[in-house]
Amino acid sequence: MKVIFDLLFTLNRYNHRMTTNNLRVQVWRGTSNGEFIEYLVPRNANQTVLDVVTYIQRKLDPSLSYRFACRVGMCGSCAMTVNGLARWTCRTHVSQIVDGDALQIAPLNNLPVIKDLATDMREFFNKWKGAVGFFKGDRSRHDNFAMVPPASKERELANAGIECIGCGVCYASCEVVEARPDYLGPAALNRAWTLINDVRDIQQAERMNAVAGDAGCHACHTQGSCTERCPKKLEPTAGIAGLKKLVARAAVRGSKWGKL
Amino acid sequence: MTVIKADMRVLQAKLWYAQRISAMILGLCVAIHLLIIFYAIRGGVTAQEILGRTRGNIGFAVFYEIFVLACFVHAPIGMANILEENFPKNRFLKLVPWALALLIIFIGSVAVVSLFSGGQV
Amino acid sequence: MSQMRARPLIDWRAKSHLAYLAYAMHRFSGLLLACFIPVHFFMLAQSLRGVEGFQQKLNLTHFWVFKFGEWALVILLTIHLVGGVRLLMIEFGPWRGLRKSWIQASIVMGILSGLLFLYLSN
Repeated sequence: MKVIFDLLFTLNRYNHRMTTNNLRVQVWRGTSNGEFIEYLVPRNANQTVLDVVTYIQRKLDPSLSYRFACRVGMCGSCAMTVNGLARWTCRTHVSQIVDGDALQIAPLNNLPVIKDLATDMREFFNKWKGAVGFFKGDRSRHDNFAMVPPASKERELANAGIECIGCGVCYASCEVVEARPDYLGPAALNRAWTLINDVRDIQQAERMNAVAGDAGCHACHTQGSCTERCPKKLEPTAGIAGLKKLVARAAVRGSKWGKL
Repeated sequence: MTVIKADMRVLQAKLWYAQRISAMILGLCVAIHLLIIFYAIRGGVTAQEILGRTRGNIGFAVFYEIFVLACFVHAPIGMANILEENFPKNRFLKLVPWALALLIIFIGSVAVVSLFSGGQV
Repeated sequence: MSQMRARPLIDWRAKSHLAYLAYAMHRFSGLLLACFIPVHFFMLAQSLRGVEGFQQKLNLTHFWVFKFGEWALVILLTIHLVGGVRLLMIEFGPWRGLRKSWIQASIVMGILSGLLFLYLSN
């Protein structure tokens, strides 16, 4: 076992010696119109795509605009399209995704481009609101705590989706968002699903109305790109499937919160 | 973001539901129909053979009329989605699904009746 | 000198996963089936002409183009059926992921249908 490990390690080092060249990095410059400009970036052993973008802005072209914050995979600010796939650049090692010696970095799809790699996230968050993706309860500080058993069916369904940090990767990966400008999108609908399963929330009828129809859950075609790309391994497809059934039945037969 | 009327949303939710219910019916009908196809095509298909099976067969007639009605619901809704997502919004986008729906229900029902009567209509 | 163009859209690299392929096959097969169904019903309605009249019209389909079309449509119908059952499982059944084994099944069943059609009709 150790022999195999040593062999692989040596081969890897040898490989690096052979290719300690530059990376050819194409970066989108402009807004909705623009071009890919190529930069040559020295290749390192442990290098993330965010390291590459940072190098370009600091050493090669200070006019490059991009976003990042925590750089440790917690905030989701650094999400971009790398070699065609939406991902967190701080959590993407170049060695995992490089195409020979080439990288292509573009802003997230489906969102307006402010400049270069920075997109306008407003429509993303407005759709979150549009899906009633926020909590409203009816207890005050004078009431007792709401008792929600963690193992209850609703709580487990909600817990499966609540780790979303609103990075926009799923939204950028969804072709239905591209085809239907009004479609609320996977993140907003996932959040709506976690709240539909929150037994303390008192806006369920409005929420069901908000996510019904072709701008809502019923336009989802189960392409599954959101679930494939989510960096937190969430499954918006699951939540949307749950909403589809619940809301359609509410429209036709009614639900515990009334008929749509 | 345009504001969509609540009634539109509810209608679209109902259409989705209708398309899924008709899909469940079609799931059964198509599975059976595939078996019938494989049985029927052995050694070629003639009008004699087809009419021999369908003429006076009320079971076939009822089965296939249900099939036609399920198609009438299922296909146009699917078609409408495809058109809406691939062409810019205009008034005529509704025409094709409606035309398809009418073609399916009229020609389909005529076909069922005709096969049942064996050409004696 | 500069190559100004519109920003890139979601391309094939983002669509190269199994669940997307399932969606594409389902949509493609559904579209072709929807176009075919009225023609199919029209042909069956030719039975109004009685046995001889019906047979005359059926003889028109003896060209290889129609035989190829029938073979293709049986495959598409099978793919659409199995893919459709997968969607119904996802939307109405318990959540068990994107049900990728069903996608593989739809391809396999499609191939089987095609082979069965060739074997039985010849």
